Amino acid sequence: MHLVRRPSDFLSGLVFFVIGTVAAVIARDYPLGTARMMGPGVFPLIVASLLALCGAILVGRAFMGGREDRIEIAPLPLLLVSAGIAVFALTLMGAGLVLATMALVLISSAASGRFKPVSSLLLAFGLALACTLGFVYGLRQLLPVFGSWFTPFLG
Amino acid sequence: MDLLANLALGFAAAATPSNLAFCLIGCLLGTLVGVLPGVGPTATIALLLPITYHFEPTASLIMLAGIFYGSQYGGPPTPTPVPPPGPPASVGTAIDGHEMAKQGRGGVALATAAIGSFFAGTVATLLIAGFAPILTKVALSFGPADYFALIVFALLVSVSIAQGSIVKAIAMILLGLLLGLVGTNVTSGTQRYTFGVLDLYDGIDLVAVIMGLFGVSETISSIERHRVIPMLIAKVTSLMPSRKDIAEMTPPILRGTALGSFLGILPGGGALLASFASYSMEKRFAKDRSQFGKGAIAGVAGPESANNAAAQTSFIPMLTLGIPANAIMAIMASAMIMRGITPGPNVMTDQPVLFWGLIASMWIGNLMLLVLNLPLIGVWVRLVRIPYDLLYPAILVFCVIGVYSLSNSVFDIYVMLAFGIIGYLLSKLGCEPAPLVLGMLLGPMLEEYLQRAMLLARGNPIVFVERPMSASLLALSVIILAAAALPFVRRKRAEALQE
Repeated sequence: MHLVRRPSDFLSGLVFFVIGTVAAVIARDYPLGTARMMGPGVFPLIVASLLALCGAILVGRAFMGGREDRIEIAPLPLLLVSAGIAVFALTLMGAGLVLATMALVLISSAASGRFKPVSSLLLAFGLALACTLGFVYGLRQLLPVFGSWFTPFLG
Repeated sequence: MDLLANLALGFAAAATPSNLAFCLIGCLLGTLVGVLPGVGPTATIALLLPITYHFEPTASLIMLAGIFYGSQYGGPPTPTPVPPPGPPASVGTAIDGHEMAKQGRGGVALATAAIGSFFAGTVATLLIAGFAPILTKVALSFGPADYFALIVFALLVSVSIAQGSIVKAIAMILLGLLLGLVGTNVTSGTQRYTFGVLDLYDGIDLVAVIMGLFGVSETISSIERHRVIPMLIAKVTSLMPSRKDIAEMTPPILRGTALGSFLGILPGGGALLASFASYSMEKRFAKDRSQFGKGAIAGVAGPESANNAAAQTSFIPMLTLGIPANAIMAIMASAMIMRGITPGPNVMTDQPVLFWGLIASMWIGNLMLLVLNLPLIGVWVRLVRIPYDLLYPAILVFCVIGVYSLSNSVFDIYVMLAFGIIGYLLSKLGCEPAPLVLGMLLGPMLEEYLQRAMLLARGNPIVFVERPMSASLLALSVIILAAAALPFVRRKRAEALQE
C-alpha cells in the first residue's frame, strides 16, 4: 500500500481499466462492418479502448507525484440510504406506496446517526399520506396505494 | 425587425394565462426546492421533471425552465440570512451575504442579489434572442462530420473546465459514452451491453441516472458532511439599498453578467462555475480586498448576476445546436426528446411558438421572481430552518416516486440506486459525475454522426479534416487537450478553479 501514493488515482484507474477492457472484449462480438458502412462494433471498441487507456494512465500515475490523503467513507449513510431505496423498490408492488414509503423513511432516517423514533415515525406517516394524496390522487400516477399482498384481504 | 417580431410571438405564447401559471408554478417550485439545504439545481430539476409530464410540451418546458432558474434564485434568499452550506451555485454569495446579514444589512444583500439576477436575466434573454437565430443558421449548414467534430470539441471543453483531474474527467466521459450505447442499436438492430436483461433493451434511462448521480449520491454525501449548524436568525432589515450601495453594485453586476453570459455558453460551464469565476474576478477588481468575505456588496452582486446569466445562456447550445452544455441542459434535452421534440436547429424553424415562447417566458419568470422573492423572503427563511434530518428522507421519497413515474418501472428505481452508489463512490475517488451525464447523452449522437460522415465520405476519414468547420473544431480540440496537459496551464487551471 505504501507504493501507491495516490489511492484515488489507483482505484478509479483500476475501475476504468477493468470496465474498458471488458467492454472492449464484448464489443469484439459485434459486427465491425467496413470503413464505409461502420458496424455497431466500431464505436464501442474505440470508446472502450480509450477508457482502458485512461484507466492505465491513472494507475500508472498513482505511483508518482505527491502523496494524497486517505479516502474516508462513512458507511452508515451509504448503507442505510441504499437499503431504504432497495426496500422501497422491493416492496412497492407488493406492499404498496404507503408501507414502502414508510419503510424508506424509517430506514433512511437512521442514516444520519441521530435516529429519533417518534419524529421519524411521524415523518413517515406524514410523507406516506402526502405522497398518496399528491401523486396517486393529485397527479394520478399509477401507483398501488396498497399492493398485491393485500388483495386477498381487500377483496 | 425579425427579432422584435419573434419576441412578440414569444411573448404572445408565454403570456397566455395557463402558460403564465405554469411559469409561476415552476418558479415557485424551483425556489422552494432550491432554498432547501443540500438540494442543488440539478437534483431539483430532475426531482420535479416527472411532474411536468402531464402538460403539453410548451407548458411543460416553460415550467421546467422556471424550475431551473427559480432554483438559481433559490440562492439569494438562503445564504444571506443563513450561513453556508447553501445551494452550491451561490457559494460566493453565501460568504459575503451572510456577513452583510450579520451587520444588519441582510435586506440590502437580498435586494442586491435580486436586482443583479434580474438584470443578468434580462441581458441573457436578449442575448439568446439575438444569437439563437444566427447560431441556428450556422448549425443548419453543418454536415455530419462537422457535428461529430463539434461534439468532440464540446466534450473536451467541458473536460478542460471541469474541476479536478483531466484524465478522470475524460474517463468519466468515455464511461458515459459507453453507457449511452447500452440497448438496441437503432441503425443495425444489434443488442449492445444488454446481457439479456429485457429492461435494458431500450437503454438506460438518462433521467434515472441523473437522479441517482445528483439526487441520491448528493444526499448520501450531504448526510455524511452534515453537521448541525447554529442558525443565525437575522432580521430582514430595510431592503432599500442606499445610493452608495447602488454605485458599488453596478460595476460588479455588469461584469458578472458579461462573464456569466460567456461561461454559460461553454460546454461544462454553467451557473456554479460562473458564480465562482465572478467572485474571484470581483476580488481582483476590488480596491479594498480585505472587505471580501466580510460583507462586500460586490461579492454578492457579481456572482449572483453571473450565475443567473450563465443559467440562461446555457440554453443557447442546447436550443440551437442540440448539444446540451451541462447536466441540467441534458435533463431539459431529454424532457424535449420525450415529448418528441429533437433539440437542435430544427426547434426554432419547426416549433417557433415553443422556441420563442420559452425564451419570452424566461424573462417573464425573472420578473416574477424579482417581484415574488422580496416579499416572500420570510417564508423561504423559515423553510431553510427545517432540520436536514427531516428533509433528506423526504428528498429520497421524492426521488424514488419520481423515478418510478418516469415510465412506471421499478427497474428505474434500481438504476437510480445503482448510480447513486456508483456516483458516491466515484466522487470519493475525485471523479465528478457531470461529464458522465454529458457523455451518456451525446454518445448515441456521436456514433451516428461518425457513421453518417463515414458513409457520405465513402469510408474516407479525411472528411474530418477536409471540411473547414470540422477541421478547425478538431484542431481546437487537440489544442485544448495539449494545453491542458502542459504543466504551466495545469497549475494555472488548478489555481483558477481553487478560488
